[in-house]
Amino acid sequence: MNQRAPTGPYCPRPGPSAVVQLRHGAGGVEAQSLIEGLFRSAFDAAAQKLDADASEINPDSALLVDGLRHDSALLELGTNRVAFTTDGYVVTPLFFDGGSIGKLAVCGTCNDLAMLGAEPKWLSAAFVLEEGLALETLARVIAELTQSAVAAKVRIVAGDTKVVERGKGDGVYITTTGLGLMRAPSIWSPKAIQEGDAIVVSGDLGRHGSAVLCAREGLGAKGLPPSDCANLWPAVASLIDARAEIHCLRDLTRGGLGAALLELSQAAGVLMEIDETALPVCAQVRDFCELLGLDPIYVACEGRFVAVVAPSSVDETLAALSDCSIGEPKLVGRVRNRQARGAVHSRSAYGTLRPIDVGGAEQLPRIC
Amino acid sequence: MKYVAEFRDRDSSLRLAEQIHATVTRPWRIMEICGGQTHSILRSGIPQLLPPSLELIHGPGCPVCVTPEQRIDEAIAVAHQPDRVLCSFGDMLRVPGTSQSLLEARALGAHVQMVTSPLDAVELAKQHPDKQFVFFAVGFETTAPATAVALKHARAAALPNFQVLIAHVRVPPALEVLLGDPDCAVNGLLAAGHVCSVMGTSEYEPLAERFGLPIAVTGFEPVDILQGVLACVKMLEQGQHRVENHYARVVREQGNPVARALVDEVFEVTDLPWRGFGTIPCGGLRLGPAYAQFEAKPTLPALVRAQPSRLVCQSALVLAGRIRPPQCPAFGKQCTPSTPLGAPMVSSEGACAAYFRHAPMTQMAEP
Repeated sequence: MNQRAPTGPYCPRPGPSAVVQLRHGAGGVEAQSLIEGLFRSAFDAAAQKLDADASEINPDSALLVDGLRHDSALLELGTNRVAFTTDGYVVTPLFFDGGSIGKLAVCGTCNDLAMLGAEPKWLSAAFVLEEGLALETLARVIAELTQSAVAAKVRIVAGDTKVVERGKGDGVYITTTGLGLMRAPSIWSPKAIQEGDAIVVSGDLGRHGSAVLCAREGLGAKGLPPSDCANLWPAVASLIDARAEIHCLRDLTRGGLGAALLELSQAAGVLMEIDETALPVCAQVRDFCELLGLDPIYVACEGRFVAVVAPSSVDETLAALSDCSIGEPKLVGRVRNRQARGAVHSRSAYGTLRPIDVGGAEQLPRIC
Repeated sequence: MKYVAEFRDRDSSLRLAEQIHATVTRPWRIMEICGGQTHSILRSGIPQLLPPSLELIHGPGCPVCVTPEQRIDEAIAVAHQPDRVLCSFGDMLRVPGTSQSLLEARALGAHVQMVTSPLDAVELAKQHPDKQFVFFAVGFETTAPATAVALKHARAAALPNFQVLIAHVRVPPALEVLLGDPDCAVNGLLAAGHVCSVMGTSEYEPLAERFGLPIAVTGFEPVDILQGVLACVKMLEQGQHRVENHYARVVREQGNPVARALVDEVFEVTDLPWRGFGTIPCGGLRLGPAYAQFEAKPTLPALVRAQPSRLVCQSALVLAGRIRPPQCPAFGKQCTPSTPLGAPMVSSEGACAAYFRHAPMTQMAEP
């Protein structure tokens, strides 16, 4: 081995990380690289194989838009346009202030459909249960799930149950798959985002992430608001009714507003600028994040979305969202200009700029 | 939040920036010591408010970044033992040891529990007497008193299942090494306010005297930092050097006598290796004789040493304030927060990560 001595003091590099780690699921660059590197390439290759064999294409159903860059796919089934999505739910603890894994499993999947402008209609629910889970707990999860489905007016039409050995699951994992009927007048997607568009958030940030972190780590913070976990379709429906010119919607989940905007800016190839002083964060969440050294812009939500709308539609967007009481909507920024790689800048109270970066998506409390 | 909002005030900040512009006539380099200050400086974009001839250099004050890799290897070894749980502050989890970080070790089955206080670890030990809890005690003089309190609690309760792995470091000896380097180009220092809140300001007088250097004890919000910078440049422009306290709402000259007494009771000063610096004489703390029984003595397994990329990563020079992160050839290329080569890219307080995340595009490394 040709081993040269270091010329000065040095700091050794860590070895390669060859196993899946928690941060691969945190909505940051690690998650992105996992999806792009392992999943997308394999799925794309499979699709190309099918395309090559023309007889496999069923004329009755087709992917309407390829490369939509949404969590949902948009399909054309006969004369119906249908949004189709799936999502897995793992959360510790199973019940937290303002929600539960059952409520999340309904709302999260409905929200993915709603972001495409589709009215959620049907769900499937698959459960992975851990040996030793109290049936009473499972009954509570199912009750929350069905209550949420009734409230969202979606029918659960298929299901599955598997049991794994004790120690090989976290009590309950749920996967729901959703179908929704398209109601949006146009196709909302990052590609529709234009220079000058306004960026509106539907309500205050960071509630879900704070509530779950507090419960999971037993931090005992008093006075935190409950999780914002909610079905967003009614709010989206009111935007459609108000005839707001929407270009793209995205629900804020892991990685918060920061991760959502960065994803949109990269998919659209635009530079976005947000005004840090305009970001709505309630005092309790702000203080909680301050104490733990977290940045609310990266903290998860489960009942908020960002709307990129035509500048002429800002007022009707804000008015429509205000009426559906999912939070206080706020204009937080603008799409500045085209930029191949896409980026998000945040302007501070002092007029200075900093880039938003999802490297910080996995939030670890700081030492001091 | 009181005591925070008023020190983030826009008008006060901009007024101070104006005063700095009016004061500075020559190029100066001021080092902020603490990683918390680095974080705040870059998050609020303070360099964009300062005259171009005034440069802020990021110092070695990120405690998780200077924790030697061997100590992290020991923490991982502890976490891999059956019935032992390693309790650590959150940002320590990502810092790489010789071959992996605590987060990576956890993914491979090690028992790692995040805590926000050493007392949480004591509480866990009380609740789970069947397991051994080892608190990974890292940090500067600021966190040492909390570790001392935890140890006193553990001793009072005669807890048999609580131990500590100590990596507490002391700031003034490191500054002595740093300022004594003939290549050091630092003209003034912003001393870390939280360290001084415990230790007081008297330790810094001899440094100001010996190196002819103005030192401003500084807080962590934009108004605090701009006040510290203004104080430094005023002294520099007038050819003066002394210690000035600009964090008076928290820092007393004698520090916190109760906390200091606790530290003196539990710890003793020792030579300690700092990551990137080598061994610093009197640079750390170890348990004193009265508490020696609480020391976790991990046995390191034969580790396969990863071949370090010694010629690329220059984080040691970054930690010493000799280069800025973008001057490292790996910065933003091979080395990013998700693929860190060196410790300062790992911790959110590390200079490299703070630069990567917050520095405006114009200040990033040239392609």
